[in-house]
Amino acid sequence: MAGHSTNGLSRRQFGFLAGAAAVAGAGSLATPSIVRAANAPRVVIVGGGPGGATAARYIAKDAGEALDVTLIEANPRYTTCFFSNLYLGGLRSFDSITHGYDALEANYGISFVNARASAVERDAQQVVLADGSRVAYDRLIIAPGVDVIHESVPGYSKEAEEIMPHAWKAGPQTKLLKERFDALENGQQIIIVAPPNPYRCPPGPYERASMFAHVLKARGHTASRIIILDYKPKFSKQALFAEGWEEFYPGMIEWYGPDVHGGIQGVDPETGTVETDFDTFTGALVNVIPAQKAGMIARDAGLADDTGYCPIDGASMRSAFDDNIFILGDASIAGAMPKSAFAANSQAKVAAMNVRGDLVGSKVFPARYTNTCWSLIETDNAVKVGGQYAPGAEGIASTSTFISQIHEPADLRKANTEEAAGWYQGITADIFGA
Amino acid sequence: MRKRGRLTALACVLAAIGSAGFAAEPSPAPDPERGKAVFAACKGCHQVGADARNGIGPHLDGLFGRKAGSLDGFAYSSAMRRHGTDGLKWDRKSLDTYLSDPQVMIPGTRMSFRGMEDAGARADLIAYLEKITVSTPASDPAPVEEHRAEIGSAAMGIAGDPAYGEYLASECLTCHQQSGRTDGIPSIVGWPREAFIRVIFEYKTNVRRHQVMQLMTANLGNEEIAALAAYFGGLDPQ
Repeated sequence: MAGHSTNGLSRRQFGFLAGAAAVAGAGSLATPSIVRAANAPRVVIVGGGPGGATAARYIAKDAGEALDVTLIEANPRYTTCFFSNLYLGGLRSFDSITHGYDALEANYGISFVNARASAVERDAQQVVLADGSRVAYDRLIIAPGVDVIHESVPGYSKEAEEIMPHAWKAGPQTKLLKERFDALENGQQIIIVAPPNPYRCPPGPYERASMFAHVLKARGHTASRIIILDYKPKFSKQALFAEGWEEFYPGMIEWYGPDVHGGIQGVDPETGTVETDFDTFTGALVNVIPAQKAGMIARDAGLADDTGYCPIDGASMRSAFDDNIFILGDASIAGAMPKSAFAANSQAKVAAMNVRGDLVGSKVFPARYTNTCWSLIETDNAVKVGGQYAPGAEGIASTSTFISQIHEPADLRKANTEEAAGWYQGITADIFGA
Repeated sequence: MRKRGRLTALACVLAAIGSAGFAAEPSPAPDPERGKAVFAACKGCHQVGADARNGIGPHLDGLFGRKAGSLDGFAYSSAMRRHGTDGLKWDRKSLDTYLSDPQVMIPGTRMSFRGMEDAGARADLIAYLEKITVSTPASDPAPVEEHRAEIGSAAMGIAGDPAYGEYLASECLTCHQQSGRTDGIPSIVGWPREAFIRVIFEYKTNVRRHQVMQLMTANLGNEEIAALAAYFGGLDPQ
């Protein structure tokens, strides 16, 4: 990490050398770009997911050597939360949802720093890494995703994650949940505790239940049940999931909102139980998805409000509290936009354009945002919801939306699954540049 | 699956024997007239006949015997060009394989077509293509262009700001890959301007139906559409 420590020179020298190598043989043309690189304003991005990596790629791609782009991410490779339910459903390998940063480094000249960013010193405009070294910035983009709030579910804790995995941040938790799921026997019960709004991936818990049911059905575990205990009275694509569950998994999935269970009192990892006002539910596997808030680094930097998320200017994704900082994705308060990878990827492009506008004076067009979320109910049956969004007086507002309809023909639902797979290829190429 | 594969193989054998009178339903001879109806699904991208020009896809005049990926002025995927260099020529057999599943035969082709399972329909289509592109290339006036009228003509008259297009395009690139690869979502790079604009307007006016595309195009004005057409038209597929 020494190369990325207190003085930014070493990084710039690296950029200098990389630039020189790239244009070697181009003769005198090389000189001006090297001069620009040495003086280039510094853009630092914390978080290498759909928001952060997309922003890094678009800034580096469009600004070339006019900007010095550094991406800081704690994991050497990134496993996407989106499509991780398909891994649980046996439809995707873990490798196929895991991506590296090699292309961003090699093809776009982004300096990838594999380290945990521990703090932001806003006055000094620098990011502090776990080893104490500092990375200075002219503009900072923070895309840390969410942290789960363990204590939002009484009895749940960091330690309890090992027994009752949340698997709401893809990685070891996802593998753990799959191991636990794969070890179940016919007749054993699964409980999913679904979180209150707002949280990452609104249809996610229900797609997960669908994928569990898909596997149980294929295994012939018809005596098993999946019970969803929800903090919310209703959920995303509810009518579509209800229809799909009835069609494909009759009697296998039961959903209880607060008006039935009366309130979730807490969980006990020792006994595998979830206590509600109505009854005590016992599961051989309990998947607790707690309430969520913006990733710690954003909150510690004073960029969140009392909702736990970070207010932004909808025209640019710029922090409401710091003009030099942009917040992307799940950590932001993006009005009508859901917390999704698609949304983060869309927001990243607006932020990237504004960062370039700030630092190199490139043209800034009016912000446009998009989202579409596909959810798999069965192997050949996916539903989708989408919207377009624009900045309004009260933050980002939706300008038009659509949602799949019940009773749609099977071939449309099948086409949706192929489209979803195509989207995965497309968005991961757009994020990671490979 | 394996069992079904054997059954299919058996079915093929029976079909082959059919001509000798053993099977109950002999497969009918390929019919170019039926093939013409099948070709309706291809017309959006491929032109045939005397005035055939390259559109979203290459024109098909003189298709039989043509080396794959070899027409001047059409931006093929590198995968298609490589197959041509490696010796692929279009004939009944190679077209049949390609049309059954383009991505399997030529991974990376930017032809956004899922494939045609029905061997009979493929045979009909190939018979039609053979007739229209070789035997009577000038007989069909190819009115493909005419009935498409002037949809989108206002946008076609605008030059389109490629810088604006590049920003707007970032919305599209979440699904449509910049490389031109098609993995379940069509490739849209390297299309002729007019074709691109026409397709956008067909979504806007419900001629084409697709929930996401109708959402995406609803808020696009003529400036935006022209800018997008300019940007994507200028991209080269990889």
